[in-house]
Amino acid sequence: MPDSQGTTLHPRPVLAGAAGASAAAEANSPAVEFRDIDIAYGKFVAVRDFSLSIRKGSFVTLLGPSGCGKTTILRSIAGLVDISGGQIMIDGRRVDDVPIYKRNIGLVFQSYALFPHKNVFDNVAFGLKYRNVPKPEIARKVGKALEMVRLPGSEKKLPSQLSGGQQQRIALARAIVFEPQVLLLDEPLSALDANMREEMRVEIKKIQKETGITAIFVTHDQEEALSMSDRIVVMNAGAVEQIGTPEEVYEAPATAFVADFLGKANMLAGTVRGSDRKTAVVVLGTGQTINVACPRPLADGSKVTVVVRPQKFSVGAGASANRLTGRVVSASYLGGSAIYEIDIGGKASLRANAPITGRVLREGETVDLGFDAEGCVLLDEGGQRIS
Amino acid sequence: MKRRWTLYDPRLAWMLVAPVLLLLIFFLVLPIAVMAGYTFFTFVTAGVETSALTTANWHEFLTDSYYSGFLLKTLRVGAITAALCGVLGYFPAYFIWATTFRHKWLLLLLLIVPFWISFTIRTFSWINILGEQGVINVALLKLGIINEPLPMLYNEGAVILGMLHFLLPYMILNVYVSLESIDRTLISAARSMGCTSAQAFREVTLPLSLPGLAAGLLLCFVLAAGSYVTPQLLGSGRDALFGNLIYDTIMGELNWPMGATLSIVLFIVLGLFAAVYTRYMGMSQIVKGLGG
Repeated sequence: MPDSQGTTLHPRPVLAGAAGASAAAEANSPAVEFRDIDIAYGKFVAVRDFSLSIRKGSFVTLLGPSGCGKTTILRSIAGLVDISGGQIMIDGRRVDDVPIYKRNIGLVFQSYALFPHKNVFDNVAFGLKYRNVPKPEIARKVGKALEMVRLPGSEKKLPSQLSGGQQQRIALARAIVFEPQVLLLDEPLSALDANMREEMRVEIKKIQKETGITAIFVTHDQEEALSMSDRIVVMNAGAVEQIGTPEEVYEAPATAFVADFLGKANMLAGTVRGSDRKTAVVVLGTGQTINVACPRPLADGSKVTVVVRPQKFSVGAGASANRLTGRVVSASYLGGSAIYEIDIGGKASLRANAPITGRVLREGETVDLGFDAEGCVLLDEGGQRIS
Repeated sequence: MKRRWTLYDPRLAWMLVAPVLLLLIFFLVLPIAVMAGYTFFTFVTAGVETSALTTANWHEFLTDSYYSGFLLKTLRVGAITAALCGVLGYFPAYFIWATTFRHKWLLLLLLIVPFWISFTIRTFSWINILGEQGVINVALLKLGIINEPLPMLYNEGAVILGMLHFLLPYMILNVYVSLESIDRTLISAARSMGCTSAQAFREVTLPLSLPGLAAGLLLCFVLAAGSYVTPQLLGSGRDALFGNLIYDTIMGELNWPMGATLSIVLFIVLGLFAAVYTRYMGMSQIVKGLGG
């Protein structure tokens, strides 16, 4: 199928009034570009100074807690929300003044938003109908889209006769069938149960790759973001915290917020006591002294936060470098590994995710844990990564 | 051993339903049954009837075109009123649903305010507006636009107007409720796929609000066709509806058996409409319910 898609996807249907930019400008421009956009609801500023450029064919996730503005940004691309400042470009063309129905965008909602009074065929054909596609062509495209979401032959069914996962697949088919310039996915997995969610995650990613469509995905689930995205935009309170590949945002969080939101990292507060160009000695608030990798020399006495991922800790006999001693507060056995909460005297206990070698530790046991000097990230007093 | 009571005990359910059930039996089913029995009594003279069973009343109803004419006219007036209610009621309902005004409850309250005044008094108020000495005629006469008062009262138009006045809130509320149950992301979805807002209304909002519109139409039709105060006050003798016929037969002619017959006829006819409606709308309600 890839060859047929290559030819059908790129000469996208041009909507009335949608032909603005020259073909040359479109070829090199990003699929979607935000330039310093602000979005305000009355006095409440939902998004401030948001800039982002999204490459064609990439899968970008806006990740953040609820209320961080990620859905607002998504809706602004579709034209469901008006921006109060800045510019949004789709394929190099400004769309601020283009009404929603002329934007050629595929939308998938958390609630599926299938038309309950229309059958699967009419739901999927909807966007084509409004693009004046001839009837035989509609039938062919709908059939192909249903095949793509692995629900062929369901044309006559009503949405109410389908399961949640099937409904979301139809919604996906409906959003991609008219070959939109951008596919927007607004928490499409949140309404599904856990098993379905993982299946759909793979499916969405697969379809995105097959069609080569540019996808913008909104979620508050870090696992979804890490597993599906080419790039992740971590957002908090209407602003961008970090933009990077899944590895980058996970391994090298730019801020304390990112470190905490993605994977619940341990935050150890301390003070620098001696530092050279590669390492720093940090005395923790709890009294222990540790050596950590550091990209530049730091002034003695400066306050830092050492961020350590739970799986970077080695527990028990394996703990050699930066050895801390603590008491097990709780232990959760996960089969291959175990998650321990270990109290080393600080306000919050440390969280370690360690492979099981020998026996599982019990609550109340005293244990050593350690981490490599390179296995951590240093944040300054303002919560920004030191680089 | 005695079984312990539980929250979902069927015995408890029966006990809770019993008061309503008894009320319905004694004040609805029984009276109708008595009325139905009366239709077979023999009318002797005004105010006198015997329990000798006869089908004379039914025979008279079925053979005298006077009655069927009345019935058809009543249904026609009811249908016109319901249709006008549908057309005039949809817009305010849509407006209340679509407005971004923060105090929507106030608009809904305005719909209920008329119910605070007695229905009869509200109907009487039209006499002050449409009558020969009413606001409109007096104003037009004073302005010299007309020389003779316009005959606006005591005709079918006045009757329909009075019924519209009293039935519109029912229609608006019914349509509003069904609009309110529409998931607004459906409209966003339609818009994002290329619909203008007018097209999105035609594709999504209108079809999904039809159950409410249909419920409103049935309600308005039944209430209009069963009305008797409005034609009594705002109509002339020619504009009387079936309800007035029943009133005259019982209170004027004191012919209880015939009055009972006519009552049962109206009951059956309107009941049939409700039954047909329930059957048809029941289906689309299921579709809607499952889709939501």
